[in-house]
Amino acid sequence: MAGFVAYGLLLALVWVRLAAPDVALTEAALGSGLTGGLLVGASTRLRRSEPSPAREAASATLRRAAAGLCVLVSAGLAAIVVLFAEPAPTLAPQAVASLAATGLGNPVTAVLMAYRAIDTLLEVVVLLLALIGIWSLAPDRLWGGLPGRLHRADPNRMLTFVAQLLVPIGILIGLHIFWVGSVAPGGEFQGATVLAAMGILAMMAGLVRTPPISRQWLRLLLIAGPAVFVTVGLAGFAIAAGFLAYPPQYAKLLIVVIEVPLTLSIAAMLALMVAGASEWILQR
Amino acid sequence: MSLACNTVAILAVCAGAFFFLAGTVGLLRFPDALSRLHALTKADNLGLGLVVLGLLFQAAGPPAALKLVAVWLLALLTGATVTQLIARTARPGEPPQ
Repeated sequence: MAGFVAYGLLLALVWVRLAAPDVALTEAALGSGLTGGLLVGASTRLRRSEPSPAREAASATLRRAAAGLCVLVSAGLAAIVVLFAEPAPTLAPQAVASLAATGLGNPVTAVLMAYRAIDTLLEVVVLLLALIGIWSLAPDRLWGGLPGRLHRADPNRMLTFVAQLLVPIGILIGLHIFWVGSVAPGGEFQGATVLAAMGILAMMAGLVRTPPISRQWLRLLLIAGPAVFVTVGLAGFAIAAGFLAYPPQYAKLLIVVIEVPLTLSIAAMLALMVAGASEWILQR
Repeated sequence: MSLACNTVAILAVCAGAFFFLAGTVGLLRFPDALSRLHALTKADNLGLGLVVLGLLFQAAGPPAALKLVAVWLLALLTGATVTQLIARTARPGEPPQ
């Protein structure tokens, strides 16, 4: 697991070297940080409930098959590199040429929010489905309860102190990453991850009580982003060329209208995914 | 002037890289969790500090320099906290937080 996180961070460095800071940010925040956190949570929960399985040695046949597969993958990659098309096929010039029509300064954000907006919409819906899947792991009597472990605030604890110091700074950084996404590397997914991390920190330190998942406002917050996205998308039929098309003069405004609730929704989804299924019910 | 800046930058970044190397060797070679943490904090605090110090001489302007210092301060804050938390969990007889 530590290897997975370290691998993700090294991969982020590779993306920076390849002049793709947007991908690097996403890899560091989502691929390495948040997924690593989810894996750590899953493994501690598994360790609590299951006896550790005896480590079994791989048989000679399995080893040979694995070696064969490794050779095959390496040979395939080598062949691709050797037989690479020259010049490499690219849509980058077209993407940059139409940039002015979207009112954005960052071509990556233009791809995510304008040219391929439907991909982004589906990603958010997948996140929502994943969260519903995690929630449904709870037993019936705990449905709608408090997710995750109970954390009590202790003013003398180090974690409380750091959370009080770090969360405001982190929220500022998250909003900054979201906002500069229109002109520089950044965007709603990366900003939302930082916001979600700050929420998780505040919950772990006991500064904020994790809300019960039956709360109406929480459900509304979760669907606000996708709902606005779909609404604007459908409005595209009336005011522009079709689903998820923006009229050129309002493109930037509409993208911001979508992105603000989307960022908040994604942040809430990610934080609740890490918090996990409900394990407590409020006593009245 | 630029030669002096570059020299100082290279020296500081190299010194930082040395601390990272030493920290990594310690992480791999030291026998128990507390000693490994001890090695890691050197890389985190001093290594990153020296790298940031070196990069300050190459920063594009005051805003970029301030961002670099902010990165170091944030790493100091979170690094020290996480180290303490891990150490308390790893140390026998200490009530885990």
